[in-house]
Amino acid sequence: MKIGVLAVQGAVSEHIVILKKCGVEGVPVKRKEDFSALDALIIPGGESTTMGRLVKKFNLDKKIIKMAQEGKPVYGTCAGMVLMAAEIEGEHPHLKLIDICVLRNAFGRQNESFETDLTVSLWGDKPFRGVFIRSPIVVRAGPSVEILSFFEDKIAAVRQGNLLATSFHPELTEDERFHRLLIDAAGKTLKKVKHN
Amino acid sequence: MVERGTIRVKKGLAEMQKGGVIMDVTTPEQAKIAQEAGAVAVMALERVPADIRAAGGVARMADPEVIKKIMDAVSIPVMAKVRIGHFVEAQIIEALGVDYIDESEVLTPADGLYHIDKKEFTVPFVCGARDLGEALRRIGEGAAMVRTKGEPGTGNVVEAVRHMRLIMGQIRKVCSLREDELMAEAKSLGAPFELLKEVKRMGKVPVVNFAAGGIATPADAALMMQLGSDGVFVGSGIFKSKDPESRAKSIVEATLNYDDPHILAEVSRGLGEAMTGIEISTLKEEERMQARGL
Repeated sequence: MKIGVLAVQGAVSEHIVILKKCGVEGVPVKRKEDFSALDALIIPGGESTTMGRLVKKFNLDKKIIKMAQEGKPVYGTCAGMVLMAAEIEGEHPHLKLIDICVLRNAFGRQNESFETDLTVSLWGDKPFRGVFIRSPIVVRAGPSVEILSFFEDKIAAVRQGNLLATSFHPELTEDERFHRLLIDAAGKTLKKVKHN
Repeated sequence: MVERGTIRVKKGLAEMQKGGVIMDVTTPEQAKIAQEAGAVAVMALERVPADIRAAGGVARMADPEVIKKIMDAVSIPVMAKVRIGHFVEAQIIEALGVDYIDESEVLTPADGLYHIDKKEFTVPFVCGARDLGEALRRIGEGAAMVRTKGEPGTGNVVEAVRHMRLIMGQIRKVCSLREDELMAEAKSLGAPFELLKEVKRMGKVPVVNFAAGGIATPADAALMMQLGSDGVFVGSGIFKSKDPESRAKSIVEATLNYDDPHILAEVSRGLGEAMTGIEISTLKEEERMQARGL
């Protein structure tokens, strides 16, 4: 299995390290030809305006959308979530993969960035350390979107089929559970393809 | 419980800037041009380093009014500079809500001996360094990000290259040492021992390490990336050039495609004149900003 980490800008190496800990090969992808033979993709944290401009400029947006259409799992953290959102409050959306509307910098500037323990619906009462850095938040989620976690009353993690997005950064922690979720989804998709 | 200003949260913002370009701006209009071009952050200043150099006298933190207007103009992070050791300027900048503070040799140092105790702040700091010992001393004081000093405001990349090569070479040496040789190396570098152990373990500086000081062209940015920088600061290079908009865009694209000469050739075309540079040997010893605050 090979999982790509979109490497136009942002915290790429952290995702590759955590994938390696899970026993999976993670590769940085920044050119169109890098997308062949990927089983899943991670869109990391970074600056969404920068990443959005660069994926468009170098025609990577079409490649990512195609992957999602083929049913391959895609996981976005923070800016990655912003890129995947169907709508962005007050701005033009980028890839429009998940039926959510996000608000950028929802908590304010860096002084308001924080970390805290979150409850994730999939894992009962075993908390997940949520690291929120100038994070977005989901302000509306469509009917096909499963809400996985809240921070207070705000939606912080969502899933829609094989698409996963968190407004926080699991790659800045030692906790592999979100990455394992992506790897499991990629494994199931692989099996299905082989079966057909 | 919600925890703010943790080391992870401070270092984390710098991790999110990797592979990006941070641009010096002096007006809201310039800040918008930088954001539009794909900058990952802007540095809000009253004057770019080349103008600070030309003006002489004492250079201080920017007027909060200037910084506030720039903060209101863009949605990307905004950084601002304070004088080395001037912790009250830092308190003021933090109160403004700036996202990152640069304790910078570009401004006139306020303390000849001590840097700011950066651990005391919620807002993260970036500091300049000329070698690994200096970088680790700043990290020991709480810097969450480092950058080369280079020679600011010259449009001459030679000093940034020298500093980055030196730091990378020193890291390679540390990695090759035996555990029982590390203390002597820490002494010789003037580096905190625990942080030097961290360098050996990680094979890199333990925080994000950008290039700064003299970067003026897309090729300069790509050079610094090929030498191992995590990203680049461009100070005077953009808004002192003939066509800032195109130059800003092409430096962003060159930083992404630093290892692809064909794309570098494409993005370097027709940018107009770069800023006029300064040959380092023509600077007097006291005109070298890099020697401030070691």
